Amino acid sequence: MWDRNQMAERAAQELQDGWYVNLGIGIPTLVANYIPKGIEVTLQSENGMLGMGPFPFEGSEDADLINAGKQTITELPQTAYFDSAQSFAMIRGGKIAMAILGAMEVAENGDLANWMIPGKLVKGMGGAMDLVAGVGRVVIVMDHTSKHGESKVLKTCTLPLTGKSVVNRIITNLGVLDVVPGGLKIVECAEGVSEADLRAATEATIVN
Amino acid sequence: MKKIFPNAAAALDGLLFDGMLIASGGFGLCGIPELLIAAIRDAGTKNLTVASNNAGVDGFGLGQLLETRQVKKMISSYVGENAEFMRQYLSGELELEFNPQGTLAERLRAGGAGIPGFYTKTGVGTVIAEGKEVMNFGGQDYILERGIVADLAIVKAWKADPSGNLVFRKTARNFNPPAATSGRVCVVEVEEIVPLGALDPDTIHLPGIYVHRIVQGTHEKRIENRTTRKLEA
Repeated sequence: MWDRNQMAERAAQELQDGWYVNLGIGIPTLVANYIPKGIEVTLQSENGMLGMGPFPFEGSEDADLINAGKQTITELPQTAYFDSAQSFAMIRGGKIAMAILGAMEVAENGDLANWMIPGKLVKGMGGAMDLVAGVGRVVIVMDHTSKHGESKVLKTCTLPLTGKSVVNRIITNLGVLDVVPGGLKIVECAEGVSEADLRAATEATIVN
Repeated sequence: MKKIFPNAAAALDGLLFDGMLIASGGFGLCGIPELLIAAIRDAGTKNLTVASNNAGVDGFGLGQLLETRQVKKMISSYVGENAEFMRQYLSGELELEFNPQGTLAERLRAGGAGIPGFYTKTGVGTVIAEGKEVMNFGGQDYILERGIVADLAIVKAWKADPSGNLVFRKTARNFNPPAATSGRVCVVEVEEIVPLGALDPDTIHLPGIYVHRIVQGTHEKRIENRTTRKLEA
């Protein structure tokens, strides 16, 4: 079974040289720590920046330089800034090759739910709906099951959707699955996880 | 015509009325028009609808207008950082229209560009699409979203010249340019007003045609989420 960092490391294998990529909040943010050697990717922050750098050193934080999680960050030699309309023009326009995002539920047809639990405090979708509708490829990184052991990889999402048929690949603590016609296809199992374990933890249809 | 005003209250004089729609720049607390928001609080204008990506935090930014119950409705994409907001929303005192972040940015841009509506695939198949016209282009469904024309735009820039040409700084640009263009009137607060000719015309982010009034002031520029790494010894 993979831990958070191993899931992020596995997700980093999805990156390709030259890609512009948007990383969501949580485990997806950790992907930046595992970008493979020899691969150049440019990270987009949807509040208006390409070429996102690491956190600043103590004392050099700049209130005018934050990421979409409102964390202080730094710029890189290739950094460019732009306004929110242009930021989402490049997202909606398909210029961002891939988004790696967290999720509450994913369904076998690629439906994604990651913004709202009815009856609980709703903070908003932020840029998630625009990202999943616009980017070239959507990779989800999440735990395979809930704290109560229920599968989060479902036949149909029960929560309100962020996007319909938008997910391409799911990376969980148990393995990697692709959304294909008819259901999900197992790409690989995490270390120490058998295919039987993965199937048992998955409610969605698995096709061969 | 003089665009420079001595303070935020003077810059807003005659522009505020109850029930108006205000578009505000900023993302989180970054690049928010903090001086103009405080002046609107002091003016006591009521029943405001505010289009802003976020709603500030308790006691700062748009949180100040929530505390005084001056806001009737927010149009936002993410409002999680404000306890008073949540209290008013859950008790039904405050209306909230969630817009996907890119849809909100484009609604402001479109409104300012004379485009009353546009089709987007953002939100298709979700609650956001409910009640909206759907059009199919090339086999893909898109929903109709409407441009926003605000009674007043309040924005924050880094530098202005007396003609209203603006330069923003780093990610503090964010929603400020699209919000500025959406306003029938746009008031800008800046850190510095430089003489005419001091800004390179090739580096101006927003031309002065969109800017009606300018005020210079001192900004707190509060950091919402301070993250750092240690200097290696």
